[in-house]
Amino acid sequence: MPKKQFDVLNTRAPRVDAAIKATGKAQYADDLNRSGQLYGAILQSPVAHALIKNIDTSRAERLPGVKAVITAKDVGLTKYGVSPARYDETLFAHDKVRYIGDEIAAVAAVDLDTAQAALDLIKVEYEELPIVLTADEALAEDAPQLHDDYPGNISAEVHQEFGDTAAAFKECDFIHTHKLVNKRQDGGFIEPHACIAEYDHANRLTLHTSTQVSHYVQRTVAMMTGIPIGRVRIVRPCVGGGFGPKCEATPLELSACFLAIKTGCPVKIVYSREQVFLHSRARHQFYHEMTTGFKKDGTIMALAHKCTLDGGAYSSFGIATVYYAGSLLGAPYRLPNMKYDGIRVYTNKPACGAQRGHGGVAARACFEQQLDIIAEELKIDPIELRNMNMMETGDTTCNALNMSSLGMKESLEAVKKGSNWKKKKGKLPAGKGIGAACGFFVSGAGYPIYRSDTFHSTAEIKVAEDGGTIILRSGIAEIGQGANTMVAMIAAEALGIPLADVRVDSGDTDYSVDLGAYSSRQTLMSGHATKDAAENIKAQILAVVADKFGMEVKNLDIKKGFIKVKGRKKLDFAKFREYYHKEHRGWSGMPEGDELSFTEAARLAFLEKGTIVGTGKYKPPILGGKFKGAAVGTSPAYGGSAQVVEVTVDRETGKITVDAMTDAHDCGLAINKTMVEGQMQGSLSMGLGEALFEEVKFDEKGKLLTSSIGEYRLATALDMPNIDTIVIESNEPNGPFGAKEVGEGAIMPTIPAILNAVYDATGVRITELPLTPERVLLALKKGAEAGKTA
Amino acid sequence: MKKCHITFQLNGITREVLVEPNQTLLQMLREDLSLTGTKYGCGEGDCGACTVLLDDEPVNSCLILAAQADGHRVTTIEGLADGDKLHPLQTSFIENGAIQCGFCTPGMILSAKALLDEQPEPSELDIRTAISGNLCRCTGYQKIVESIKAAANNCQGES
Repeated sequence: MPKKQFDVLNTRAPRVDAAIKATGKAQYADDLNRSGQLYGAILQSPVAHALIKNIDTSRAERLPGVKAVITAKDVGLTKYGVSPARYDETLFAHDKVRYIGDEIAAVAAVDLDTAQAALDLIKVEYEELPIVLTADEALAEDAPQLHDDYPGNISAEVHQEFGDTAAAFKECDFIHTHKLVNKRQDGGFIEPHACIAEYDHANRLTLHTSTQVSHYVQRTVAMMTGIPIGRVRIVRPCVGGGFGPKCEATPLELSACFLAIKTGCPVKIVYSREQVFLHSRARHQFYHEMTTGFKKDGTIMALAHKCTLDGGAYSSFGIATVYYAGSLLGAPYRLPNMKYDGIRVYTNKPACGAQRGHGGVAARACFEQQLDIIAEELKIDPIELRNMNMMETGDTTCNALNMSSLGMKESLEAVKKGSNWKKKKGKLPAGKGIGAACGFFVSGAGYPIYRSDTFHSTAEIKVAEDGGTIILRSGIAEIGQGANTMVAMIAAEALGIPLADVRVDSGDTDYSVDLGAYSSRQTLMSGHATKDAAENIKAQILAVVADKFGMEVKNLDIKKGFIKVKGRKKLDFAKFREYYHKEHRGWSGMPEGDELSFTEAARLAFLEKGTIVGTGKYKPPILGGKFKGAAVGTSPAYGGSAQVVEVTVDRETGKITVDAMTDAHDCGLAINKTMVEGQMQGSLSMGLGEALFEEVKFDEKGKLLTSSIGEYRLATALDMPNIDTIVIESNEPNGPFGAKEVGEGAIMPTIPAILNAVYDATGVRITELPLTPERVLLALKKGAEAGKTA
Repeated sequence: MKKCHITFQLNGITREVLVEPNQTLLQMLREDLSLTGTKYGCGEGDCGACTVLLDDEPVNSCLILAAQADGHRVTTIEGLADGDKLHPLQTSFIENGAIQCGFCTPGMILSAKALLDEQPEPSELDIRTAISGNLCRCTGYQKIVESIKAAANNCQGES
């Protein structure tokens, strides 16, 4: 099918926010200041598990410069969290603390030094309790209990079976069991969370905050403070990356709000880098065990999968995470029978939450490594094994996920060709290896986090009264991924005007409801709402033009900023143009030529109707099966990707160097090709970091050891190879203009492709991440002892 | 503590400022002079988001005391464009998709400027080494490296 031609979409237009970011003019939350602002600081527990016997704030309150000290006594004990089914946090701990970093009190003072000094004056008496730091310890019979409401330290549990795995395994020629454990990861965004809260004594609260989810923060702030939601305004300034951990209301935001209410002054709080690690809410540690059954011709028959998640002290996104860890194995291969037993446990560490590739990244790493093991056993090329089991457009998984478009075979073929796989697989010199893997991801969660029939995105477009430009107002979260540019391009295309004539003002709960930047949802969902609003504007303006000039709307269109007329009848607009010129006497750049410009048409519409405003909305249809947990994994569409990685393993030092990466991602129509590539390349660097060096560590008392970026270690420019970045464009029927996700799906194949390449280089399967030199050396040594190494 | 009186060139203009002796250059720029283009990412010299040029050398302004700027030249991202004309690196970052969240961008551009001023025809390894102290979590660095290469070529073309 020939590809549709676009005027704005599918180009490499520079981002709409690039210039302000290149010049230092872009304002992030910590760049905002208000006259008379106070500085907030938060008291966090120094012990991992203890009863609180007493909190004495009197000395802190007496310190000159301190304006307010708040504890649970002031803010109440309303439970909150992410999923209403697991609200298990209070803003401040009152009876016990559950991890080193648990929040106990907050202070507002005239400057940060005073606020910090006040924290030192708050006296808390603790009665220490025994702690649990690992999933095994948490599940032990006589384990100390974190939450009275969740006995056995079980935060969530999933048991699902699709098809009949036991029967299917009986028909298999080959069954293999494989384990993998990853490590707790950090989001690693460069901007620490920051916010500034203002309260105006008319019971109106405004919070500027670095969040991915203004809408959910607004709901949580309203619920916690008791201020009617219409008086709570959340504004998201520029955000310096999120990747998941900025997806929920934080103690930082809530403390700032309560302190602003109590003092009547603006209150600013910024997390230190250590506090970013302590707040965490990033990737869980997953213990996966997978048993996969095959026919000798390579057909996958069944998967039995067990997974334990070390969740930390609270639920955060954890219920969704434990479901995703199972459901995201349903595709992209035909898998008729799947059993999943997942459990998420509480431990005395910071809570884990959502991070890029939510719940599915470690599972994918385990499963794709297993496919390679089976391919080797069956003597089938690993790419061929994947290809022969690959789903196609229109297929539905055993857990009821519909692949309305799926460019997986094309992606796999592209990386096979692009990497020169045939010439390299099995033919590289000792110490060098090549590996492949695939993955897929939702293009927006099918259901909101709270049970509701809410629209997932709404948008409002106002046409400037003098014509020419439109102002798109939306609640979307531009967090660096390019959401503002995406909606601007969609609005321009749908309305038929140049991109430069679209202004985007976003991230403000006053503008619209948008569920935010998570589950790779905005291109599809916010894109739809934007398209709907732009089409509404187009209809309104064309209706006025048709009426004014005696035309039929169906014969009118707008393209590249001009009104196009079908048929023989011409628009007789000479009089109006003369009027428009008179209205703008002395101006330059007035419309000329033989077509009525959008600028004139928009002006005409204003003169006839007043300010022209159009709205748009989107919510997905009812999706998925009827079983418990069926919602998690549903989406109107799925992105998919394939990857080939080449590595060198230094057998002397255990150091792994990633030499080459070839990546293909099916994103449907690429709204902006440069931005799609940017998402792919960024995903791969995060995956590489997680595979090779990222790990959040704690000591035996639960104290964070990796409290700085240097100790944690993110990938630098020297760790990354150049990536052969291949964009595959299927046509997604459920996406705006055929578009779907790229932001999260692209990370899926990276870790397993590296693991498979390391095996190819060494002959040793490593089943614990990250692949630090020490771990690699030990594995090589063990392999040599077993006579396995290549 | 007694404040220090310092005089230095900030983006080509002589500035006299009173600073706390323990105040970092980053704090002075952001809090006293409202130049918020220089970012706080970690405060420990790990991330490079606070990179500024001190006499043409890239430094982490979170690790340098404001008083150390006395008698020196400081260039921040706000000082790079010449009126309405962007620096070639800024133009290149914009056109080549090197910017996503943008939080690392000011520091990244200043590290790149220091490199190109010193070495107008850098190799890819030179570029990657020059920005290896500037962390970016969004881009995987590829488009940043490409942008610096393109800017180097453009600068060559101009001279």
